[in-house]
Amino acid sequence: MTIQVAAPAEAEAKPRYKLAMYWASACGGCDVAVLNLGMKLIEFTERWEPVFWPAAMDGKRADVRAMDDGEIDVCLFDGGIRTDEDAEMAHLLRAKSKVLVAFGSCASEGCIPGLANQRSIEHVLAAAYDPELNDVTDGQVPNGPWESPYGELHLPTLQVRLQTLAQVVDIDYSVPGCPPETERIAEVLGAVTAALDGTGPLPPKGAVLGAGTSTVCDECKRERGVKSIKEFKRIQTLAEVDPDLCLLEQGLPCCGPAARDGCGAKCPAAGAPCIGCYGATQGVNDFGARLLSAYASVVDASEPEEIERILAGLPDTVGQFYRFSLAASLLHGGRS
Amino acid sequence: MTRISIDPVTRLEGHGKIEILLDEAGDVEHTYFQIPELRGFESFCVGRPVEDMPALTNRICGVCPEAHHMAAAKAADAVYGVTVPRAGRMLRELLYNAFYVTDHATHFYVLSGPDLIMGPDAPKAERNILGVIKKVGAEVGGKVIDARKAGHRVIEIIGGRRIHPCTGVPGGMTKAISEEERDEIKALADGMIEFGSFSLELFDSMLADEAIEEIVKGDLYTHRTYYSGLVDAADKVTFYDGQIKVVAPDGEVFGQYDPKDYRDWISEKVEPWTFLKFPYLKGVGWKGLVDGKDSGIYTVAPLGRLNVASGMATPRAQEAYEKYFATLSPDGTPVHSRGATHWARLIELMQAAETVQQLVNDPEITSRDVRAIPTEVPTEGVGTVEAPRGTLTHHYWTDENGVITRVNLIVGTTNNYGPIAMSVDKAARSLISKGTIVTEGLLDRIEMGFRAYDPCFGCATHTMPGQMPMLVTIRDKDGNPLKELRRD
Repeated sequence: MTIQVAAPAEAEAKPRYKLAMYWASACGGCDVAVLNLGMKLIEFTERWEPVFWPAAMDGKRADVRAMDDGEIDVCLFDGGIRTDEDAEMAHLLRAKSKVLVAFGSCASEGCIPGLANQRSIEHVLAAAYDPELNDVTDGQVPNGPWESPYGELHLPTLQVRLQTLAQVVDIDYSVPGCPPETERIAEVLGAVTAALDGTGPLPPKGAVLGAGTSTVCDECKRERGVKSIKEFKRIQTLAEVDPDLCLLEQGLPCCGPAARDGCGAKCPAAGAPCIGCYGATQGVNDFGARLLSAYASVVDASEPEEIERILAGLPDTVGQFYRFSLAASLLHGGRS
Repeated sequence: MTRISIDPVTRLEGHGKIEILLDEAGDVEHTYFQIPELRGFESFCVGRPVEDMPALTNRICGVCPEAHHMAAAKAADAVYGVTVPRAGRMLRELLYNAFYVTDHATHFYVLSGPDLIMGPDAPKAERNILGVIKKVGAEVGGKVIDARKAGHRVIEIIGGRRIHPCTGVPGGMTKAISEEERDEIKALADGMIEFGSFSLELFDSMLADEAIEEIVKGDLYTHRTYYSGLVDAADKVTFYDGQIKVVAPDGEVFGQYDPKDYRDWISEKVEPWTFLKFPYLKGVGWKGLVDGKDSGIYTVAPLGRLNVASGMATPRAQEAYEKYFATLSPDGTPVHSRGATHWARLIELMQAAETVQQLVNDPEITSRDVRAIPTEVPTEGVGTVEAPRGTLTHHYWTDENGVITRVNLIVGTTNNYGPIAMSVDKAARSLISKGTIVTEGLLDRIEMGFRAYDPCFGCATHTMPGQMPMLVTIRDKDGNPLKELRRD
């Protein structure tokens, strides 16, 4: 969709800020969440001039290169840093933007694709181009430049680890969520406009925008009661999921106690445990450490065998505790 | 050797690139259409509990997470050998058909509409959704926004969220819908059908335009390939479940199979110059990027689905299907022109809208019986749906604890990678001859070729479907730029 920007309706000369949005290694969901602003998006264009947004409008890398440093007022950068090209774009947009925002889970903490850091890049390539499942000639699989009969063809090179935006360049803010909820995006754009206009507070550098400072549990409508569990259960083994009771208390490994609020607790409301897509809550550096301590406080056991049996109910500890945050975690993923 | 690099800078920025190599005489020697990204889902899904897969694989694509969610849930059902209760299955299908209405509407009006409704020769400044609304009226713009919203609302009610749904689990769904929610969907369904009728009528009136007719019937994007897609038990087009039917370029049935046997039928060719793979029919073989009966390349998505099925599953869509074939191929053999995909897409939109209405009016749709508890030991399972952009297959292997040990994914657009690359090559060859490069039409034609397929490299890699402004650099044999063309 080409966003055409109308001139401001009134000539009262409020400044119009320059906005960029870019996706690195992403799924496009962040961009769809912004597009879902619909009519609101058109209203925002009265105050924001989109100067670079590959998902929605015309624009070229060369145009960004031609800009002055700091020419873009705000850049929303989504997607993780998977290839050398992603890293190059991160450096370029950092230089050209006054305010660089890590937008969405991938840029903020690596998201699901960050789970690739649990294994080597060789494993990634071996699984994607498994010769038993694919037709591979002479073991030739893609990664990096390739010498064609007509000269070299450029193909990006996968980095050893997927990195978050902040691991590659200096960032100003982050907006969590996979994807960020559209209503939260509207609030962020409104608040940033006010800050630039000088009519609202400028958030401190490093602030998390578009989310709360509490946990998903705090905005979840489910009732909490017994406070302790004897075992973890997998949803496909649970004949009945009580529609009103806390999912963790029913034994489902919900991430609510560690996850930041702001999403509206939609997954638990729909009978699915929180998977932690809004990242760790305020003041917590490591999602997994926080979730583990939350689980420890509800697990009703004191004997080592009993604890072991309860934890065996979680078949994938890395995925459970670092589903969205492995790349950003204290573990950093990373076998190379 | 002259080398032309087309670096599609907008919607394929950094994620799709075309290299055209000319021979000494100045004719096209070879075209490379590269997809330069890989995230590695087949690797990092290993070790995860199978019930996490619907949520994990949503993140393959934010444009069509519903398709991955459904394929993953179905693969997880198959891993446990569990049958979803009727109401649970209906909820999945209801969500999925509502998603089709939204997705097809977006493609037709927002992405392709500018070409079709404004005409390919309209000024560039008018060839966007605002130009479309201006031409057809704000009322129509409102209809499009409402139809998309209606689909999103149904997805949210049944799937829990608008993007990346969360309710599909092995054996069914995490939640039923209430009677109030059912009534809300009922009202939305009526609007969807009206929107489908309106869109088909609009297309009829557009066909009177010669330029549009040329897009739909013309030869530039005609490739005589095999076609593949799901059909139901009555041999009609279906999206959520069915058997895969393959027809040859002449329309002869090549075969029909249960999706779980896909490995007997297709393989994927790995090339070292692109991260995306080229699926092909094993029984025909890989002959490179060429069409015809001896090449295993096949086409999927609306064009493929209508070519393999004997009709549509709902009455209004069937009526449109009959008109489509009467116009484009009266003897019922496959329609090969890629431009016809736009029409086929609207016929599917109508079927999806009618299916939403049928399902929401089923008395059992509010049943609480939406999930079955698996009793078998988990092993291996395949889940296949028709994504809007082609057949989507998830194949999982697990240990006896239901933890993933191996994954194979063949996503919708990937199936069409070969045909898309062929259309790019054909467009290049039609405009480059003996050193003369018809620069004017080159970018337009390549772009329109792309749009017909509605390629979602969000699935295949990550880029959204749509308009593709480009930068073309023509270099001399030493790599010095001779000429630069831009399309904004």
